[in-house]
Amino acid sequence: MRPSPSRLLNILVPVKRAVDYAVKIRVNSSQTGVDLNVKHSMNPFDEIAVEEAVRLREKHKSSITSIQAFTIGPPKSVETLRTALAMGADSAVHVELPESAPAPEPLGVAKALRAWIEKQKEAGEGKGVDIVILGKQSIDDDLGQTGQMLAGLLGWGQATYASKVELDTEKKEAKVLREIDGGSEEVKVKLPLIVTTDLRLNEPRYASLPNIMKAKKKPVEKLKPEDLGVDLTPVMETLKVTEPPKRVGGGKVESVDELVAKLKEHGFTAV
Amino acid sequence: MLSRRLFTSRRVFSTLNSVRDSDVAHFAKILSPSSVLSTLPPVSTPRDELDIYNTDWMGKYRGKSTTVLKPKSTQEVSEIVSWCHDKHIPIVPQGGNTGLVGGSVPLKDEVILSLSNMSNVRSFDPVSGILVADAGCILQSLTDYVAPYDHIMPLDLGAKGSCQIGGNVSTNAGGLRLLRYGSLHGSVLGLEVVLPDGTILDQLTSLRKDNTGYDLKQLFIGAEGTLGVITGVSILTPPAPQASNNVILALPTFDNVVPLFKTVKRQLSEILSAFEFIDRTAYDLAVKHGQGRALSDEDVEGAQCFVLVETSGGRREHDEEKLANLLESLLEVDKPLINTGVLAQNPAQFSSLWALREGVTEAVSKEGKAYKYDISVPAATFKQVVDTTREHLRSKGLLHEDAVKHVLGYGHVGDGNLHLNIVAKGYTPEIQAALEPFVYEIVARHRGSVSAEHGIGAMKTHALPYSKTDVSIALMKRIKELFDPRGIMNPGKVLE
Repeated sequence: MRPSPSRLLNILVPVKRAVDYAVKIRVNSSQTGVDLNVKHSMNPFDEIAVEEAVRLREKHKSSITSIQAFTIGPPKSVETLRTALAMGADSAVHVELPESAPAPEPLGVAKALRAWIEKQKEAGEGKGVDIVILGKQSIDDDLGQTGQMLAGLLGWGQATYASKVELDTEKKEAKVLREIDGGSEEVKVKLPLIVTTDLRLNEPRYASLPNIMKAKKKPVEKLKPEDLGVDLTPVMETLKVTEPPKRVGGGKVESVDELVAKLKEHGFTAV
Repeated sequence: MLSRRLFTSRRVFSTLNSVRDSDVAHFAKILSPSSVLSTLPPVSTPRDELDIYNTDWMGKYRGKSTTVLKPKSTQEVSEIVSWCHDKHIPIVPQGGNTGLVGGSVPLKDEVILSLSNMSNVRSFDPVSGILVADAGCILQSLTDYVAPYDHIMPLDLGAKGSCQIGGNVSTNAGGLRLLRYGSLHGSVLGLEVVLPDGTILDQLTSLRKDNTGYDLKQLFIGAEGTLGVITGVSILTPPAPQASNNVILALPTFDNVVPLFKTVKRQLSEILSAFEFIDRTAYDLAVKHGQGRALSDEDVEGAQCFVLVETSGGRREHDEEKLANLLESLLEVDKPLINTGVLAQNPAQFSSLWALREGVTEAVSKEGKAYKYDISVPAATFKQVVDTTREHLRSKGLLHEDAVKHVLGYGHVGDGNLHLNIVAKGYTPEIQAALEPFVYEIVARHRGSVSAEHGIGAMKTHALPYSKTDVSIALMKRIKELFDPRGIMNPGKVLE
């Protein structure tokens, strides 16, 4: 039986451009944040999210109509979208912020996503987003809230910290294995659905050259926060960022007596 | 062949003495207690503690040395060598012991002179990039030392975590950056060497230009410790690239490698920093043994070989644009040289792609016992050399699961350096006889080198005539005689 049009699914994958995890971060001289003049790449959890979306389509073929990548950030964030497109996303949306704008917070991002998702729904039959797959957190601010906030704002089901996603396109539901303390938990969630990805979900693919070339021709829609009617100004103020104290090397002692003496010297006494 | 080696070693050792108790007592007097390991009294170290010094890392070469000395200064090295010179005791200088030709382990019971305790950086000038360091400094630690000053070492190789700069220079190690930064004959600016009679030759200058007669230091680069012990190195470090990227290209046929190299060289120009070749067998082995994430089945389908291209430059946008233009032009021509490829999207993928190439060595050692030939031949003949060797082994009935499992090739196209590896179930005289002198004869036919970057060591002394003329070898022998008339420095290595 051919799937009826109402069963076709659209996946939205929000991604973030972040300082690459291999970069040794340094606090900037004004102590307002870290030095951003370093290698950036797609937040690794978001890369897993893109990979999962592409794998779902490889498995469910034409039941999944579209995979759209979405990002909010400075002009260079378009590179992150190109990576997502090269991995297999069909189109992308870039909510562009000025180079100097502060990084938006999870609530702002979630509101922007809600606005986009609602806009898609209004766009007509078959355009609405059915699944949002995003990283459980981004490795720069480590806040880990966007997925949950978005689920709350939309009133959708959520399956966070996913390590396995099984989609049933007929029943319009998903079975998701979640990483929890000391093991895993399996949940069944009705669509529409928010999935946040954990490290073990999959291993993202390389972008092949033909796909990189194709990605250059895929559409990227550019928006401003005002177009979505959201204000991305942070509500939190960062007062000061400092590096942790440098670790000082230990010393060797020759005897137990010397060790005891050293301990006393540093203020440790027998209880 | 074994008997010939035995004969050689008998001849070079005939005038040399073994270490006696009295020698150990003397060493114990001039060195600190932790610097002397010896199974002889008065030190009496348990024999197994000397195993790691007596054996190479592949477990292919095994010496029977009783004594390992680990001096802490050039002065101490000089005193040791001077004593050995007086007593006619042979010496094997040893760095990280990561060599592939048995150059750093004793043939018999020579004193092992380990440079491990000499591991201080003496000076670094961030303006000129000139680094002066003790010979025992580990390559990786030097890389880490110069990194905060935005410099890198001019060489990089798989063994960087254990190999020492003194050993690198003594063996004239090549490695992955040679295409970009040239050989150590160019980047080494000066050396401090303890000569075979204990004299210290101080040529530790930091001059870029110095045309004052014979350039003696060049003789020690690649001499494998047969002319003296390198104790200090002055080396020019290049500024660190601000941006690097890499790509693995899948080629439908080997014939495209050389045309591809020409295209890549022309288009990437100054940012090209590596052009590495991996044949399909080598790739499959690397993947089988978990070296780096594999490409998708679709991408490797129909690929006869792979090429890893690395770029390093000063400005990321500039480099990326060049690389993107190259890749586009490679894909969009009528008859593409490549099937497809993958471009690293982040540093993790960059490392993973490199691991596919660098991990071949490890994968080969996990797969079985390897006969390794590190040869220089014209890049266009790489595949032919591998195929000819495989067919030769097949014709001898040796190509099956219980003898030779794989014949593979990988290496540095840019430098005309092929690593021909024969992976066997075990080392056997039949396989050895089928390979040598067969491989060396192929090399000689191409006027190549029997040892491109691994050296001669103990493994290839007999093969020297395939790459060097009689006149050259006679002159090498006279130089050895001049520096080391008593023949105590690393006897039986390089020259028979």
